[in-house]
Amino acid sequence: MIQPVLLWTDALIFVLLVVVLVFAWVARGREHLRAPWREVVRSRIAVASLVVLGVYTVTGLLDSVHYRKALPTQDGQQETQYSGDVLSLLDTLLGPLRTQEEKTYSAPFATQLYAKETVSGPDGTQTRMFPRLKYGGAHLSDPASQKGADIARRSALALAEAVAVLLLLYGLLGLRLARKWRRSWRAAMGTIASGKAEVPWRTALLTLAVFVLLITLMINLSAAYHVLGTDKVGQDVLYQTIKSIRTGLVIGTLTTLVMLPFAVFLGMMAGYFRGWVDDVIQYLYTTLNSIPGVLLIAAAVLMMQVYMANHPELFETMAERADLRLLFLCLILGITSWTGLCRLLRGETLKLRELDYVQAADAFGVSKSSILLRHLLPNLMHLVMIAVVIDFSGLVLAEAVLSYVGVGVDPTTQSWGNMINRARLEMAREPMVWWSLLAAFSFMFVLVLAANLFSDAVRDAFDPRLRAQR
Amino acid sequence: MSDALLQVRDLSVWIGSGAGAIRPVDAVSFHIRRGETFALLGESGCGKSMTALALLRLLPQPAGEIIGGSVQLHGEELLALPETGMRSIRGGRIAMIFQEPMTSLNPVMTVGAQIAESLEQHKGLRGSQAQRRVIELLDDVGIPDAARRYGEYPHQLSGGMKQRVMIAIALAGDPELLIADEPTTALDVTIQAQVLDLIRRLQEKRGMAVLLITHDLGVVSEMADRIAVMYAGQLVEQAPRNVFFGHAQHPYSDRLFAALPDSSKRTQRLTVIPGTVPPLNQTFHGCRFADRCERAWDTCRSQVPDWFDTGVEQGVRCHLADATLTPAAAQGVAGADEPGPAVQAGGAGKETLLKVDDLKVHFPIHRGFFKRVVGQVRAVDGVSLSINEGQTLALVGESGCGKTTVGKGILQLLDTTAGSVRFDSVELTQLRGEALRSRRSDFQIIFQDPYSSMNPRMRIVDIIEEGMIAQRIGSSAQQRRQRAQELLRQVGLRPEHIHRYPHEFSGGQRQRICIARALAVEPKLIVCDEPTSALDVSVQAQILNLLRDLQRELGLSFLFITHDLSVVSYIADRVAVMYLGRIVEEGEVSEVLEDPAHPYTRALLSAVPQVNRDERREKIHLEGDLPSPSSPPQGCHFHPRCPQALPECALRYPPVTHPSATRMVRCHLVSDAAAERA
Repeated sequence: MIQPVLLWTDALIFVLLVVVLVFAWVARGREHLRAPWREVVRSRIAVASLVVLGVYTVTGLLDSVHYRKALPTQDGQQETQYSGDVLSLLDTLLGPLRTQEEKTYSAPFATQLYAKETVSGPDGTQTRMFPRLKYGGAHLSDPASQKGADIARRSALALAEAVAVLLLLYGLLGLRLARKWRRSWRAAMGTIASGKAEVPWRTALLTLAVFVLLITLMINLSAAYHVLGTDKVGQDVLYQTIKSIRTGLVIGTLTTLVMLPFAVFLGMMAGYFRGWVDDVIQYLYTTLNSIPGVLLIAAAVLMMQVYMANHPELFETMAERADLRLLFLCLILGITSWTGLCRLLRGETLKLRELDYVQAADAFGVSKSSILLRHLLPNLMHLVMIAVVIDFSGLVLAEAVLSYVGVGVDPTTQSWGNMINRARLEMAREPMVWWSLLAAFSFMFVLVLAANLFSDAVRDAFDPRLRAQR
Repeated sequence: MSDALLQVRDLSVWIGSGAGAIRPVDAVSFHIRRGETFALLGESGCGKSMTALALLRLLPQPAGEIIGGSVQLHGEELLALPETGMRSIRGGRIAMIFQEPMTSLNPVMTVGAQIAESLEQHKGLRGSQAQRRVIELLDDVGIPDAARRYGEYPHQLSGGMKQRVMIAIALAGDPELLIADEPTTALDVTIQAQVLDLIRRLQEKRGMAVLLITHDLGVVSEMADRIAVMYAGQLVEQAPRNVFFGHAQHPYSDRLFAALPDSSKRTQRLTVIPGTVPPLNQTFHGCRFADRCERAWDTCRSQVPDWFDTGVEQGVRCHLADATLTPAAAQGVAGADEPGPAVQAGGAGKETLLKVDDLKVHFPIHRGFFKRVVGQVRAVDGVSLSINEGQTLALVGESGCGKTTVGKGILQLLDTTAGSVRFDSVELTQLRGEALRSRRSDFQIIFQDPYSSMNPRMRIVDIIEEGMIAQRIGSSAQQRRQRAQELLRQVGLRPEHIHRYPHEFSGGQRQRICIARALAVEPKLIVCDEPTSALDVSVQAQILNLLRDLQRELGLSFLFITHDLSVVSYIADRVAVMYLGRIVEEGEVSEVLEDPAHPYTRALLSAVPQVNRDERREKIHLEGDLPSPSSPPQGCHFHPRCPQALPECALRYPPVTHPSATRMVRCHLVSDAAAERA
């Protein structure tokens, strides 16, 4: 028996997903919306980034389906009791990764702890030694001689699995495209392999190949080893980094969701109505802009923290509490970061409102609200789109910085920022614990790089000046 | 041809590569002699500017490429020179001036420094020597008070002044050839006359050759010694001026003349060239003009015409000139666009539809932290006019005189400061909110720029239906859709196009859609704000014909805002001439254009380049530019530029005089004469 749990951020993420899907569906029918996106998926870099972003998004979505497991019923108990642990679909998929906890630090692929401990033998003697890990390489009798071969065997298996999965994907894609292009299956497969298709399917497949290989490697190796080591309390670092993906995505996307209404609504109002409306909005954002951002965020987060600490009865589980804190961080970041886009949209609206077609609508007696909605908003959407994609990577980084400063997400929430924050002490140890930081850094780096490359492609596709040259 | 300064042979330019490459210049050959003016004439998109850029090897990079031909300057092959060698040619021996003086100058450098830069590059002059030479050059191009202007920035100069500075920069290297790419298209007629005059004067003084690129037959007629007509990337005709204006050989040139509006064609439809210039990304298998040519026959569509020399420095690319071919009976077939039945002119004796009385539109100038009002821009300062039902009133004036503001003020798109606008005996300036909104269907506007006047994100059907929905015309979506299709048919477009987006149409087609949009709400008055000035001559004729047809069918009234007097003489019943926010002369078109009373009207008329040079009137040159409407001159606004100013002109604004029942003039010359008679 399980009980589904809908956290606030889960709900918002799914709302966002629905919005994106609806937009995609609408855009399919509108040539002016479709054309730039078609341009985007023609670029190789954009397609590769899109695959990377897709893998991250799927992970994040899997991690957003939460539930609680029922506890075994005891005698005389009527109601089912549910565990206090809120799990996600991803947790279940990762299985042993979550539960196989060591005592403390261990290096990647290690079979022993990272620090010497005093162990009392069965005969009562005490020795200082590196104790064997409970799970990492536990199946090996003599790790020193067997580990290399074991890893190689598991990797080879992973490679074989990856190739099989890829061939299957390639074949399915070939079938799908063959139907679309109305050509034979073989011809379609050839076109994909030659890289001459309009959409660079080959690039997409190759990027996907990297991820498929990584995933099969992870499945095969992490069952027996801690691929990225363990942290201070013995938790698997790979598990932490994967769980952090959701936090990064939530911050990156929900913040924009909070920010957009402010930026779009106020920016358009200021630009279109001018006069005192413009003055008020301008004063508002110049004031907000002149307060140091981190201070404002720190003040708001601390206030909220105190409130939560005083009202523990509001939260049924720890996860709900941590989730609310994450949500509030998004709200606060959103409220402090709308000024840039607002200013941009105000300027653009000032320009658009003088254009003849807006004047023509005025001459028809079209109401102001429908001028704003039908004439101005669609012509501002490209700016919004570009801003959203560019802001995303900035926000992922901002989370890391804020958590490092200590005003970010809840310490119990897995996030790259928290990992980096903890690494502060780990790096000062001798010998140094480097794998936490490296893991967080590389996962974040790949996401931010993909987002940046993708935003470049989006900007180029939506830029009318560049489009004119094509 | 040994005396040729510039010899161009088979010059071809491609933009892009492969099958989709655009070929804007295709085997163009011509030569220019020392000291002569050679004009390249054609519609937009025919490759004129590309030819000029190719001569200087300044094609847009990396797409543009010269794929063949030769360009020789004094026998020196320019296409073979290395890039460093070209640098001394550009600006040194061949200089170029562009259409848009506003963007051709660097806004953060003083004009003196920009001219000195060119001097340093080509003449090696520096310091005080360069400064002296710059001031000489500024003097040469007719900039008054040159020493002071040396240290000024481009934004302190007017458009005409900027174009003069551009010319000064071009002259700094003492070029042998000046390429002028539409040098006066962005300028007003009076300023255009000044600049053309300047170019002619400098040419005589320096013995410089000029390659003039333009679409304006009038300018060509005034300036050119020899003319080449360009169509779809090729030269189709070349001839000395007198021959060309006497008897153009190519059907395209012929039609260009016929499409020009003027008063003699008032009673008939203008001849139009149907269609538009074909896209240049294809290989042609016949004559490029065949689809638009009414004299075309089968051979024209199947065989590419050769170049035929028909005289000294004269030739044509047309099968009609080929003696071995006998054109089929196509010659003289009356096409659908032959001058149609006589159009009855004027709507005299009808009811007054619109009466504007002493309309004022002032824009406050705000300064300082608290945005205090420190002055007023008097864009419109007391304009009175009236339009009868079914009549066309043309409002004429230079840019900045407030004619567009009058139009928008009448339509209540701008807040008026004072005065009354009575439409169908309803006072519009008093209406607010819903009352005004519901009356908006009676008066509509057509804008100048067909590219910015439609929302690029809306389909044609949505654009046309928008007004109908706002004005609750048509009871159901079905009915509105039907009406939209009917309107498209009415303006000469196909109803199937209703689901397309504006960018899929050409400029002329877009202007038709704008007209359909305005008609959708069944207006009685349409304000046409320069509806044809962004269009080519042949397309302009189509639009003018359409407007007249609609007027006849629907009994519309037009307020036709324009700076083009030939259009006025063709389409308008009455004309009002505006100068600096006020109407200085008003009357029937025939009266005003044939016997202008106000010196400003006279100057405007004389500044228009005439196609028939023989009939040219005596030129009246206006000095200087339009003053700023925020601080108009004392007395008569025109007196600082008026060649006939009297002492009292500087003292008070002239009163209204009515030389005849239909005529109004505000000038002391006229009122004094009237007083003497009395």
